[in-house]
Amino acid sequence: MTWISGHLGDIWRLTVQHAVLAAIPLVLGLIVSIPLGWAAARSRRLVPVALAGTGLLYTIPSLALFILMPLILGTKILDPVNVIVAMTIYTVALLVRTVVDGLGSVPSHVDAAARAMGLGAFRRLVTVQLPLAVPVIAAGLRVAAVSNVSIVSVASLIGVSQLGDLLVDGYNRDIPGELWAGIVGCLVLALLFDLLIQGLARLLTPWLRADSRSSARRLALADAPRDVGVAA
Amino acid sequence: MIPKIWDWLTDPANWSGADGIATRVQEHLTYSLIVLAIASLIALPLGLWIGHTGRGRPLVSAANAARAVPTLGLLFALALWLGPRLSGDLAFTAPSIIVLVLLALPPLLAGAYAGVEAVDPATRDAARGMGLSDGQVLRQVELPIALPLLLSGVRAATLQVIATATIAAYVGLGGLGRFLIDGLAIGDYAATAGGALLVAVLALLVDLLLAGVVRLLVSPGLTGKQSRRRRVELSAAGLSPIADAT
Repeated sequence: MTWISGHLGDIWRLTVQHAVLAAIPLVLGLIVSIPLGWAAARSRRLVPVALAGTGLLYTIPSLALFILMPLILGTKILDPVNVIVAMTIYTVALLVRTVVDGLGSVPSHVDAAARAMGLGAFRRLVTVQLPLAVPVIAAGLRVAAVSNVSIVSVASLIGVSQLGDLLVDGYNRDIPGELWAGIVGCLVLALLFDLLIQGLARLLTPWLRADSRSSARRLALADAPRDVGVAA
Repeated sequence: MIPKIWDWLTDPANWSGADGIATRVQEHLTYSLIVLAIASLIALPLGLWIGHTGRGRPLVSAANAARAVPTLGLLFALALWLGPRLSGDLAFTAPSIIVLVLLALPPLLAGAYAGVEAVDPATRDAARGMGLSDGQVLRQVELPIALPLLLSGVRAATLQVIATATIAAYVGLGGLGRFLIDGLAIGDYAATAGGALLVAVLALLVDLLLAGVVRLLVSPGLTGKQSRRRRVELSAAGLSPIADAT
């Protein structure tokens, strides 16, 4: 405890760095995964190929991927870009499957209606399919966020600073307080990411909220079939 | 840089001996196998039981939530706490093995549980109606149907263990992680990257092997990949397989 109160500034700095290293890959990964997942979902033959390909990337252990990044990118080993790109690769590996599942969860009659209204493939994706896929994609994003926050701490072993530094230093110098500060910091950060994504998903899907809130109203409507008839 | 890594990888001196690549690969695989065997013995029966009875579901959720704990932190915390209480080699290996088992539990548990949970209730009822006992339903009906999800849990757990065993070199575990951790410590990038390449290849090979095992074990009735001869027999008997009809 004494260690923590004496190092609040360091903890805050490392937490912010940790959040950045985990968040940027989430955003980049989502941006890459949507077109990939969309292309894969459009062709039945491409789905297994896309999933197997991205799945293979996920098999590479994090420490190994961090170390190999400079070879591929031509960066220095201490460059945070290595961690961001490696984490983006993991995020894409998780999210492509999610995007394929999410787009697959769109009811076919809804897509057919959008098509009948004359919407092209791109507008259908942006205005119909993606909004309806938000719950599934958000669920995948939550898994990716929690996994990212945990994996980023490994980057301390290659010398990229974030909360993992507290883990490594706490272990090396036998300071349990520091080690626990790192663990709790990672947990809190994972929780915050989780809540943030849930909140965003709620904001983006107002119709789902309306459904649950107005269930009492729908019950009332069921008693008055005339109203429902008009609405239909 | 790449020629240097190539030199490191192809130098016979790096392959032999107690700290050579061959020994390290063997260590890595041995630890992973031991860990997966222990974790499977605990998590698979438990997951099947939870799926079969529907009791203890919060355990699966709790195990999943526990995944948010950073693996590095768990490893260091246990090494710091348990290390001084043990003597000899055990002080270095035991904490790592325990952490690796803990990390393998959630995916195994979730896979076995989700597999049984996903069995169509009508199938289960049909099996009961045919007079199968509770244990028979689990062994002869639910387990084979649950196998694809159960095995995907095994694959996820295996990758997790191979990856974390690499990191566990930091607290003294053997295996390929030694090249990465020791290489980083002395600034020998050729050895570090060579080790990283080996770990990546090992993980890929093990995963491909497991993918093959999944193909062999999963019943053709589930995958729709019946043998050609079987399809011909069925259609000759006027029994067109459902997989073709849909």
